[in-house]
Amino acid sequence: MKVLVCVKRVPFTGGKMVLAPDAMSLETKHLGFTISPHEECGVEETVRIVEAQGGESVVLTLGPPEAVEQLRDAMALGIDRAIHLQTDGQEWDPQGTAAAIVEAIQADEAASGPFDLIFFGNESADSGGFQVGLRVAYALGRPCVTGLKKVTVEGSQVRCEQEVEGGRDVYVVPLPAVVTVKEGLNLPRYPSVPGRLRAARKPITTTTPKRPASRLELMRLMVMEGKGKGAEVLGTGPSAAPAVVEMLRKAGLL
Amino acid sequence: MEMLTLARTFGAQLHAVRMDAAQPFAPDAIAALLALVADDLNASAVLAAGTDRGNDVMARLAARTGLPFAANCVVYRTGDDGLLTRLRWGDSLWETARLHSRRPIITVPPHTFPIQDGPLPIEVDVKPFIARLEAKDQLVRVSEHIPAAAGGVSLTEAKVVVSGGRGVGSKEGFAIIEELAGLLGGAVGCSRVVTSAGWRPHADQVGQTGTKIAPELYIACGISGATQHMAGCRNSKRILAINSDAEAPIMANADYAVIGDLKEVVPAISAEIRKSR
Repeated sequence: MKVLVCVKRVPFTGGKMVLAPDAMSLETKHLGFTISPHEECGVEETVRIVEAQGGESVVLTLGPPEAVEQLRDAMALGIDRAIHLQTDGQEWDPQGTAAAIVEAIQADEAASGPFDLIFFGNESADSGGFQVGLRVAYALGRPCVTGLKKVTVEGSQVRCEQEVEGGRDVYVVPLPAVVTVKEGLNLPRYPSVPGRLRAARKPITTTTPKRPASRLELMRLMVMEGKGKGAEVLGTGPSAAPAVVEMLRKAGLL
Repeated sequence: MEMLTLARTFGAQLHAVRMDAAQPFAPDAIAALLALVADDLNASAVLAAGTDRGNDVMARLAARTGLPFAANCVVYRTGDDGLLTRLRWGDSLWETARLHSRRPIITVPPHTFPIQDGPLPIEVDVKPFIARLEAKDQLVRVSEHIPAAAGGVSLTEAKVVVSGGRGVGSKEGFAIIEELAGLLGGAVGCSRVVTSAGWRPHADQVGQTGTKIAPELYIACGISGATQHMAGCRNSKRILAINSDAEAPIMANADYAVIGDLKEVVPAISAEIRKSR
């Protein structure tokens, strides 16, 4: 099996969202970065499939030079090599992103054989476009199932379980295929120290694709106002219990 | 209904295609049908609800027609050269964007803005639309449904949700959270830290990448209130935060607070409820 997982570098947002002065992005001076949560599960699943069946695992990202950090993180968990589509940090729209990924996949497949399975997150944590995986699948002419909580490779097919109201829907599609996954698919492992050391020596192929004009063009961001009024303090420590019960009673919840 | 409200802003005749037009559910088949119908009607825009299926099918439609797609829009101004407002970061940020498209493809998130009443009942003229679908568009199709295991109060339907975060400290620490939830006939939830540590199953996670809930009362125990978490519980009618840190971000978003160690406060509340019965 040759398996690809596509990831996105996103900031850890913590307790409060603060915008950069131009309101085009979050102020990230004081924030750490991570792989978007759904994709962390995609990385874990890719590693597990290749561990079980043999083959090669590859991670791909489109992002600024600093996104190498997320590629190394993925390789520390067991991914074999990385493809970095380097940008200048400007936001790419979903169509431009998908087109660059398709081009990179086709180049890699021409050089070292087709991917049997390609993982995406169902949606990125930051821009939430819900479409890059599906666009890539369509361009490659491969079936795509989205929002998966379970992925099982069965011979030349992949069995996909998608959470829906009242249970799960099952799809079985032939390989090669594209899947988009959600957190809860698995419990990602933590990187080990030897894993980190190995990751530092694994190869990264870097290209710098040209950013096309955005057809979904970001103009500015705005932070949603929270309740923001501050909480009514019912008390301190266990002695607050009667006040809590009084509140429950008034709310009709007892 | 939010979708209808936004669709009416186009001021044109509305046409509906059922999401279950292909049974069992086959998203590529529906996207193929939508592409044909949109051309046939010369539609000015195609809208769907911003649900899992809505976003999935619209992205497929966008891919096959080569058009841009904006997910989770709450405002679209028809006379404004494609300016729209959409939700990002699990609804924590609003993005103003311009959609450069001859036929906007948009989804509208449910439960996000007031519905404007139009004429009701809506007069519906049902017309069959017959199309030949290609085999490749029927490859992705639901082949089986596994019903959810019964039992327990579901997180999305519970009137009260008692959630634990990092402050709970361990898997075993959730016993007091379960006890309080049980007394209130509620469900147990948790934050992402807790599922990442393996203390609770992911199905219990409240947040941007977990479940979004809107109970009568949300009791957040030892949860700092990161935006990732608030994205899942923001629509709760009331929030009670139990936290030893009076400066935790959740305090700004809560209605009520108890400052203290949840390991003492939660059992005390349970005892007080028992006493009051």
